[in-house]
Amino acid sequence: MKALSIKNLSKTYKNGHEALINVDLDVTQGDFFALLGPNGAGKSTTIGVVTSLVTKTAGSVKIFDVDLDKHAAKAKSYLGLVPQEFNFNGFEQVKHILVTQAGYYGIRSKEAGPRADDLLKQLGLWDKRHSTARALSGGMKRRLMIARALIHRPKLLILDEPTAGVDIELRRSMWLFLQKINEQGTTIILTTHYLEEAENLCRNIAIIDRGRIIENTNMKSLLNRLDKQTFIFDLKAPLPSDIDLGDINYLQIDDTTLEVELSKNENLNAIFAILSRQNIEVSSMKNKANRLEELFLSLVEKSEATLGSAETKSEASS
Amino acid sequence: MNNWIAFRTLLTREVRRFLRIWPQTLLPPAITMTLYFIIFGNLIGSRIGEMGGFNYMNYIAPGIIMMAVINNAYANVASSFYSAKFQSHIEELLVAPVPNYLILAGYVAGGIARGLFVGLIVTIVSLFFTSIEIQHLGITISMVVLSAIMFALGGFINAMYAQSFDEIAIIPTFILTPLTYLGGVFYSISLLPEFWQNVSLFNPILYMVNAFRYGMLGVSDIKVEVAFAIIISCIIALSSFALYLLNKGTGLRN
Repeated sequence: MKALSIKNLSKTYKNGHEALINVDLDVTQGDFFALLGPNGAGKSTTIGVVTSLVTKTAGSVKIFDVDLDKHAAKAKSYLGLVPQEFNFNGFEQVKHILVTQAGYYGIRSKEAGPRADDLLKQLGLWDKRHSTARALSGGMKRRLMIARALIHRPKLLILDEPTAGVDIELRRSMWLFLQKINEQGTTIILTTHYLEEAENLCRNIAIIDRGRIIENTNMKSLLNRLDKQTFIFDLKAPLPSDIDLGDINYLQIDDTTLEVELSKNENLNAIFAILSRQNIEVSSMKNKANRLEELFLSLVEKSEATLGSAETKSEASS
Repeated sequence: MNNWIAFRTLLTREVRRFLRIWPQTLLPPAITMTLYFIIFGNLIGSRIGEMGGFNYMNYIAPGIIMMAVINNAYANVASSFYSAKFQSHIEELLVAPVPNYLILAGYVAGGIARGLFVGLIVTIVSLFFTSIEIQHLGITISMVVLSAIMFALGGFINAMYAQSFDEIAIIPTFILTPLTYLGGVFYSISLLPEFWQNVSLFNPILYMVNAFRYGMLGVSDIKVEVAFAIIISCIIALSSFALYLLNKGTGLRN
């Protein structure tokens, strides 16, 4: 079953800006799905339409086969949203925020109270349950928004940049939490600017640029398309000046650091063999950039070049 | 059942809000209305003598209570709904399966609750200055509730259009306050020249104050049936318009 099905979705704002142009997107039940794109590409508008915060110009949205236009209440009851910006009443107490949100979904406070307690404990907010929301740190506010989105146990959870501005330790604990609820059956759609996050968590991915979906595939096959990767090698000793590294495509950054480019048909063993022959010891190695990041940039650049030239042609002809 | 729980949740949140900030919501009307009783009722009223067959303090008490009710019903919805927009926590409601009529009903009920709460406080305050006897309990209660509904709806529409906190202060300052003072709170329109009596008939607050005064004292400048008809018509028109704005997403949805 499809958790989300978007067909021919378009949104043109009053100022004439076309934020979405005939977007088609399907997300399967149980998936952990990444929706990526540069700033202003249309990610938040797409999420806005799905969550009824933005009025669409054309197209249809179905959530678990329920049409959002025809049966809004039922479709909305399946959804949980963690928005990009903090959007709770800062003067309300943490637990009240959760119990109130549950009430909007028809859950009595008698049932919502224990659910809220459970979520607050899981997300490390139990000690803050009587604090006002504005007294929380940035990371706590993010976790509160996750708790609020889950209070009615949605089947589809949408997270719009949930880890923006969150420190690495907390980000990793949030990843574990999201992976756990995904394993328990909640479908998750994630937008993020941390591509490492998308690569680690998501099984399928769509990339949106200038209001159009330019890629929609599974993460593995997308990463397999990577033509080349760049690695940083830290050497144990300085590289001799007369060294010959044969066919290795490299750049010497400093005495003990090499940047090595590896094409798709090469492998690291061959590189290490050459280095070993020259008695060069590698103490550590890392990818220069995240693999998904490299692909993302190349796809967006390609799309912008294509759309840019199409726009230039259309302007010239008009 | 789900809708009833959602409505009750929204109303509870609204009541909790105005109780939490009681120094801003409940205390000022109590102080202001006490001053009205002291200055207009006691100091000036003792020189005015009788009005409508009652001493002046008795005569103005229903108007002062009604003034507190409508101002607070209006202010509660206008400030709460606009704050929800301003802080974006209105999105909590918009993403949830709460129908628009229920969002409207919840906020209006919150306005009625504050209006009646403040009305009760002012009534208690008035007992320190005058005795109150209610002649027609049904008329008194229904008129105060209908007036609170009408002005809560007005506050809701104001908040939907408002783009800044200044814009939710403009209508109370430049429209609501003058209409209240000219609505027969402190005088009978029979004291006015005929032209101004006719002009006063276009002021909806005149009907509320007089019908409420009729409920409490048994005297009114206008026919009570006309007052009910006008207020109910206004409620139907305002609630239809507020729902239209909500369905359209004015000021809420891009």
